[in-house]
Amino acid sequence: LTENSNQNANVVGGRLSSVEHLRAWDTNAVAEVVEYRGETTIVVPRELLRATAARCRDDASMQFNLLTDATCLDRHPYEPRFEVVYQLVCISRREKLRLKVRLSGKDPVIDSLVPVWPGANWLEREIFDLFGIHFNDHPDLRRIVLPDDWEGYPLRRDYPVEGYRDIPTLPLGFTKTSI
Amino acid sequence: MTTVQTAVGQAKTMVLNMGPQHPSTHGVLRIVLELDGETVVKAVPDCGYLHTGIEKSCEDKTYSQAITLTDRMDYLNPLGNNLVYCMAVEKLLDLQVPKRAQYIRVMMVELQRISSHLVWLGTHAIDLGAMTVFLYCFREREEILKIFEMFSGQRMMTSYIRIGGVALQPPAGWRQAIERFLKYMPSRVDEYETLLTENRIWMGRTKNIGYISAEDAIALSMTGPTIRAAGVAYDNRKLFPYSSYDEFEFDVPTRTDSDCFGRYMIRVAEMRESLKIVRQALDKITDDGAIKTEAPGIVPPQREKMKTEMEALIYHFKIFTEGFSPPAGEAFVTVESPRGELGCFIASDGSPKPLRVHFRAPSFINLQALPKLVEGQLISDVIACIGTIDIVLGEVDR
Repeated sequence: LTENSNQNANVVGGRLSSVEHLRAWDTNAVAEVVEYRGETTIVVPRELLRATAARCRDDASMQFNLLTDATCLDRHPYEPRFEVVYQLVCISRREKLRLKVRLSGKDPVIDSLVPVWPGANWLEREIFDLFGIHFNDHPDLRRIVLPDDWEGYPLRRDYPVEGYRDIPTLPLGFTKTSI
Repeated sequence: MTTVQTAVGQAKTMVLNMGPQHPSTHGVLRIVLELDGETVVKAVPDCGYLHTGIEKSCEDKTYSQAITLTDRMDYLNPLGNNLVYCMAVEKLLDLQVPKRAQYIRVMMVELQRISSHLVWLGTHAIDLGAMTVFLYCFREREEILKIFEMFSGQRMMTSYIRIGGVALQPPAGWRQAIERFLKYMPSRVDEYETLLTENRIWMGRTKNIGYISAEDAIALSMTGPTIRAAGVAYDNRKLFPYSSYDEFEFDVPTRTDSDCFGRYMIRVAEMRESLKIVRQALDKITDDGAIKTEAPGIVPPQREKMKTEMEALIYHFKIFTEGFSPPAGEAFVTVESPRGELGCFIASDGSPKPLRVHFRAPSFINLQALPKLVEGQLISDVIACIGTIDIVLGEVDR
């Protein structure tokens, strides 16, 4: 952990860090940088996500060629409540990077990364299915684990863990909340 | 789970529904196949039949309670799931694990990898018509499950790896049991190879079937034996060593043929590498020493201390009633599961329950490459392709 948690985030191993490369490309692309437990997170403005992701993949000094994971987290009731998270890996340099986009609950729409990494397809469908985030230009935005007619988005924080369905017969003295 | 729209009534093609109840889909996977004669024109996988909402349930449990849920995700690799979850929580807490516990973890996870590959080999062979291999593979897997039962009291859902170390001290006689296993297992792997590798039927069913190029595999985020058969040496144990894997000597087998046969050869080679790692771990694990880190309020205290020290009793009570609260932050940890890169992303908001737990399930992500593998192939090759991706539906749907 200690070797990765670089206090001097600008220079890693004698070369400019990916954060600096992105800043040099477009200062607006890096809205915020979080270093925590040796992991670098770059908060990207929503409008610049796809361009930034393509830059991360194609830039000769970054080469984040593998999109390993994409997910979302919900900070309800705080706004902006949604954070869409992309985990990138550069195989040749053994480096990881996390891109994050904050979205408000009123307008949970974001550009899809399928044009950059085809592997984002199912990952984004899963986020759409469970969080209700809409991805622009996604080729196949359907629910993936839940049935088509499911109501609501279960991984949102305001969706109860036990679901909305009523439990019809309860033993005497028990209420729904006590189960 | 969803209705799949396919163009029906086009000239010459026919839509065939494969699954969700089909013996070769290894669980409940449904594939909608559009066929031209026996050739697959289009394949649309449809999953979700086993969705259990494990990620949502984790948000309603304390950090230590959620370990038992991770077991049930990829049920051929419960220890690996425990490991990735515990490592993510340990990263959030900035907790160090004693070396001895790390070696025990490595040994158990590698045994698990062998057992998972054995189930894969057996079921894959039975799908392609070779019944004998299945019986042999399950014979050896049984021995591994007996070792797990010895260590944890459970054959499959062990929950043996805990936050800060492992649950129990290795039991009496564990060293002999593993020595015995290491003695006969290499010859058993040879036995499987004698049955399959140069078998003409096996070669006919697997060679040049389900090809995918390295570029496509990376673009589709594939990991594990599927990407290593395409020539990319992507293995988290080597690239991002965790749990002291950098102290072990082993190779990452790669091939360039990238077909079903190549993926079979990779997994057989991985079993041999895992045996090497288990051997080294066995030599590294000392007979006595700590199996858990000392972290009051996070790791349950020893039973003896609880009977003599009041603080230990209080900590024990607090851990199991309200849990512990890692500082607010996020951690993403990846390990190499038998199926590929298994990741765990945990976000904490500083409360005793996680804000979000997400698993990067290798089966789920590898499965989306299935259309790429099968389109243009014969319908019988679909079965070979599903087999060599090695999916576990419990993990696909979570």
